[in-house]
Amino acid sequence: MTSMVSKVLFTVGDDVSTDVLYPGRYMATVLPTETPQYAFANDAEHNALLKAKNYEPGSVIVAGKNFGCGSSREQACSTLKGYDVTIVANDIARIFLQNSINLGLRVVTAPGVKASAGDELELLEERVVNRTTGESFPVVPLPKARQSIIDAGGLIAWTRKRLVEARPA
Amino acid sequence: MGMTVVEKILARASGLPKTKAGDVLEPRVDLAMSHENAALVINQFHEVYEGTGLTAAPWDPSRIAIIFDHRIPAESPKTASNQKKIRGFVELHGIDRFHDVRGDSGGICHQILPENGYVRPGFVVVGTDSHTTSHGALGAFSFGIGATEMASVWALGCAVNVEVPATIKVVVEGEFPPHVGPKDLILHAIGLLTAQGANFRVIEFHGETIRKMSTSGRLVVCNMSVEAGATSGIVPADAETVRYLREEAGVTDPLDLVVPDAEAAYQRVVTIDVTKLEPQIACPHTVDNVKSVGAVEGTKVHQIVIGSCTNGRLDDLAEAANAVRGKKVAKHTRMLVFPASGRIWLQALTKGYIGDLMAAGAVVMNAGCGPCLGIHEGALGDGEVALSTTNRNFKGRMGNPNSEVYLCSPAVAAASAVTGVITDPRKGGN
Repeated sequence: MTSMVSKVLFTVGDDVSTDVLYPGRYMATVLPTETPQYAFANDAEHNALLKAKNYEPGSVIVAGKNFGCGSSREQACSTLKGYDVTIVANDIARIFLQNSINLGLRVVTAPGVKASAGDELELLEERVVNRTTGESFPVVPLPKARQSIIDAGGLIAWTRKRLVEARPA
Repeated sequence: MGMTVVEKILARASGLPKTKAGDVLEPRVDLAMSHENAALVINQFHEVYEGTGLTAAPWDPSRIAIIFDHRIPAESPKTASNQKKIRGFVELHGIDRFHDVRGDSGGICHQILPENGYVRPGFVVVGTDSHTTSHGALGAFSFGIGATEMASVWALGCAVNVEVPATIKVVVEGEFPPHVGPKDLILHAIGLLTAQGANFRVIEFHGETIRKMSTSGRLVVCNMSVEAGATSGIVPADAETVRYLREEAGVTDPLDLVVPDAEAAYQRVVTIDVTKLEPQIACPHTVDNVKSVGAVEGTKVHQIVIGSCTNGRLDDLAEAANAVRGKKVAKHTRMLVFPASGRIWLQALTKGYIGDLMAAGAVVMNAGCGPCLGIHEGALGDGEVALSTTNRNFKGRMGNPNSEVYLCSPAVAAASAVTGVITDPRKGGN
């Protein structure tokens, strides 16, 4: 991960579930190109902030514990990926974290991370530095088992490579 | 050092003599389950093959199960078209374990799998549904994955890059008091562990209370393990597992009961005594916001929901029918009941439970996910309160962010249907 400095778009608390990120009533919409309009659809304020698109690509949503808890619906990741945001959370629920890696949504686990909307965060491999407050927070590395998927650029590319390699000569 | 039950299952599925928490494996998959989100899996599956010159065909159609449950019958042209697309895929590839919208063989995936004997002890099961943890009730290692990950499983036949999870051992002792049962136990356990307390870990259930518990009760406990963040819940297979698979699921072939080693390494051991456990309620808007019923008794309820993959089985419907028989659902309250499968629906009909519930004023819906996740029926109005036997109470879960969902057992839900307020089933005329 190369260092980058990004602004915090908004912050959310603990236990933001997939029912808030991508409500069940939109689950029949499956194509990643069609999902973004429903991001945070059960949270009108944040849905509007994303839709306004008045931010730099890579801007950060800072979250509390257990971000993305609940359903395995991966639209919860594709919808955020469609907005080109980065998630920096205290703690991320397993399936959401794995879906994010599979789909290439940038996620960072930084326990204790504190920030407010508008703060500047420097995202380093081993820590997140809040340049506005001067505070620094250690980063929990992504599961080592998943590194090869990140390196391949996502799970579709990774699986395709495996299939091609296994093809009988 | 010995192995936990999941370490044993994963070692076997990876062709290794031994494995331990933290190892990275590619276990073969015994069963890969999807519901309507198979439409997305199919999309991702075809994308995997794009440009490879290879024909897109699943590794083993006999190990794939697809069950329609989330939105049945279809609520929109979009859903109907997704379902049509899935039917085409199922037919093309000869997927026999397909359960369409039917009154006899349809239902919720987490009931269809066990009652048809698709899950066996020692299996590795993956499903594109977070409550795939349910099937740990039969001694399988069973966990939820996303649609793209399922596309990878369909292509390769193995679960990709699985890091062997550490295990929390939960030992449950004592006899449940009247009107208290498995749902109260798991809600209490989630309150203790917290909503992320078991993230990336397995919960292995032990103790005399679990040994005496029916498979139906074990399904409740494993189903909701994910609400503590667990990768899976699991009850090591025993005589009850064999009884269920032989007598209720009609399985005749040999079973291999995988049990943990006595000296297995657990990350943490939690002991729970249920002797004095009270009916438990998960209050809005998190499942770990758990209180004893007394703390919220008297709260007005607009909608009672009984059913789901958590509590839509015959014993749950019996409890509900017994509580409302000869009584009426409160005037300002709607009572919605949705059995977990068509088989259970028909059994409940034969036993008279459906009649008891309808006569009391309940609406008995078709088997399926129903109002649980706010997709297409049983939505709540602004400011309304639901008391439900389902598994999630997140903001907006039942389709409206301006409503509240409380979670409870069938005993609490049924007693409260009659009074119209959250009611302790140990009191009153039940």
